[in-house]
Amino acid sequence: MDKPVNNRAWFLVLPVLVIVAFSAVIPLMTVVNYSVQDTFGNNQFFWNGLGWFQDVLESDRIHAALGRQLLFSAIILAIEIPLGIFIALNMPKRGFWASLVLVLMALPLLIPWNVVGTIWQVFGRVDIGLLGHTLAALGFDYNYVNDPIDAWATIIVMDVWHWTSLVALLCYAGLQSIPDAYYQAARIDQASRWGVFRYIELPKMSGVLLIAVLLRFMDSFMIYTEPFVATGGGPGNATTFLSIDLVKMAIGQFDLGPAAAFSLIYFLVILLISWVFYTVMTAQREAL
Amino acid sequence: MARITLDSLAHSYSAAPKGDADWALKPMSLTWRDGGAYALLGSSGCGKTTLLNIISGLLRPSRGRVLFGDRDVTDLPTTDRNIAQVFQFPVVYDTMTVRQNLAFPLKNRGLPAAQIAARVDAVARMIGMVDTLDRRARGLTADAKQKISLGRGMVRQDVNAILFDEPLTVIDPQMKWELRTQLKALHREFGHTMIYVTHDQTEALTFADEVVVMSEGRVLQAGTPQSLFDAPAHTFVGYFIGSPGMNLLDAQVQGATALVAGTAIPLAAPYAAPKGRVQIGIRPDAARPAAEGLPFRLLRTEDVGHHRILRGEIAGAPFNMVVPEDEPIPAGFDRVALDPARIGVFVDDWRIEPAERAA
Repeated sequence: MDKPVNNRAWFLVLPVLVIVAFSAVIPLMTVVNYSVQDTFGNNQFFWNGLGWFQDVLESDRIHAALGRQLLFSAIILAIEIPLGIFIALNMPKRGFWASLVLVLMALPLLIPWNVVGTIWQVFGRVDIGLLGHTLAALGFDYNYVNDPIDAWATIIVMDVWHWTSLVALLCYAGLQSIPDAYYQAARIDQASRWGVFRYIELPKMSGVLLIAVLLRFMDSFMIYTEPFVATGGGPGNATTFLSIDLVKMAIGQFDLGPAAAFSLIYFLVILLISWVFYTVMTAQREAL
Repeated sequence: MARITLDSLAHSYSAAPKGDADWALKPMSLTWRDGGAYALLGSSGCGKTTLLNIISGLLRPSRGRVLFGDRDVTDLPTTDRNIAQVFQFPVVYDTMTVRQNLAFPLKNRGLPAAQIAARVDAVARMIGMVDTLDRRARGLTADAKQKISLGRGMVRQDVNAILFDEPLTVIDPQMKWELRTQLKALHREFGHTMIYVTHDQTEALTFADEVVVMSEGRVLQAGTPQSLFDAPAHTFVGYFIGSPGMNLLDAQVQGATALVAGTAIPLAAPYAAPKGRVQIGIRPDAARPAAEGLPFRLLRTEDVGHHRILRGEIAGAPFNMVVPEDEPIPAGFDRVALDPARIGVFVDDWRIEPAERAA
């Protein structure tokens, strides 16, 4: 039987095409356009070829920001993934407490980024903040405004507080899908707690873990609002991550060309690292 | 290996059981001898799996004790009971190979590698998976996965008992027969105590030396397949065992005569006048078309090869007969004669014995 072919069906795709064009393609192309031109105002543009890209790739300032960014994402993943798994394993499985814990866990996820930043900005202040003041009173030399280590610690704790729930909830969902029979069989087979984790829970969680790692990587690699509000990228440039630097460049200095080139490289780096993660972890899952 | 004793055991899933219906297992005491092959037979939801899980320690009974030999294991966790159990649906460790799956229980017991390898090979041969030993378990069919589960159940030689919870549900019929034969052979060879839960009477009767019939959380009868067939203690046992099951007719029993719908039927022995709802039960193969006897209305005939099943009614109650293939069925017969020696008398569903002649 011949399937009817009607090319007018392409018109059905049109609305999506228009929406994607206006929401993604055209803005991206504008950025591409800026990235290969220079302007001195007055809406006059001059062709600059790949000059900006070269500048960005050779910029020490951006290299430093990229280094900080990678370190930040690495620390975030190293803390949030194991901690999230640990929390998920210890959450109640059913009943009233399960619901309560779920709600409590979801709360940080519902708070807007800039509010999180503000909360920690105030929380950590040595003069009026509960955390900062308490630490100071206990004799710790804590001051996130002056000390780069303290600033990093504050931002990392803030991110862990904000996002570990996401990892925990994803893992919890994975754990909930394991039938009781698996745990029973493991008890019959006299498996140790580690054996249960390694051979039952981890394999069943691997799918959601992949998603959790990807989400947390992408999100932490693009982090802007919270450190911008909490530390403003300081002290000095200590917490100036890529996106903060980018905004400074684009809006502060109004260097549209370099900022556009920077954006595109930034985008490609995220794409590349996400792809690597996905490929490696998918292969890991097969091999697990 | 050990004798298993259930001492006034009862279980309820609700914390504060009120009525009879809240008890998944009603009080029972049973002893299973070391090395016996037992079957727990009953329809779904009758408590057989609950009983199994209590023996393996996955459930703690609300009342009573479980003993292995002389040792009270009621409070012992599953891990410390050294017991094997195979579940209804396959449980395999997805990320392991078939070999690793089979070796897992042995590894957890810390056996030397050589011993593990020998045992795994033996079990792989038994379940016919020698060629797939190094395949990952994940991609296998449900059939194969269940065979792995069975293999894991049988791999330890020093277990106190092996429990099977309807293990052949997902296996195709031909393999079912083969595996059952294997289990039987394994039992003869190693003499493990085996407890086999099923709702399939053929499975129970062919596997077990002794069958325990359960219904609604109660043990109705425990005995050899023959005794369950010949002298069911309860109408449910009579009905559940045998295909078709036992025929039951409401009757009045006076001495050695039963009165069914106005027709007198001789019994093999006199009974003391019973109180309650009285029924007589007769196996379908102990009734014959006859010139006189109970009025029978034939509804249909089923020819199942080596015999025929006549399905009909007596006084409004369904009544089945089994007639051998070579025996002619008289055209238009409407009477049935019963073999007096094989009529059982039941009062309120429980079998009663004839009165002693002297008493």
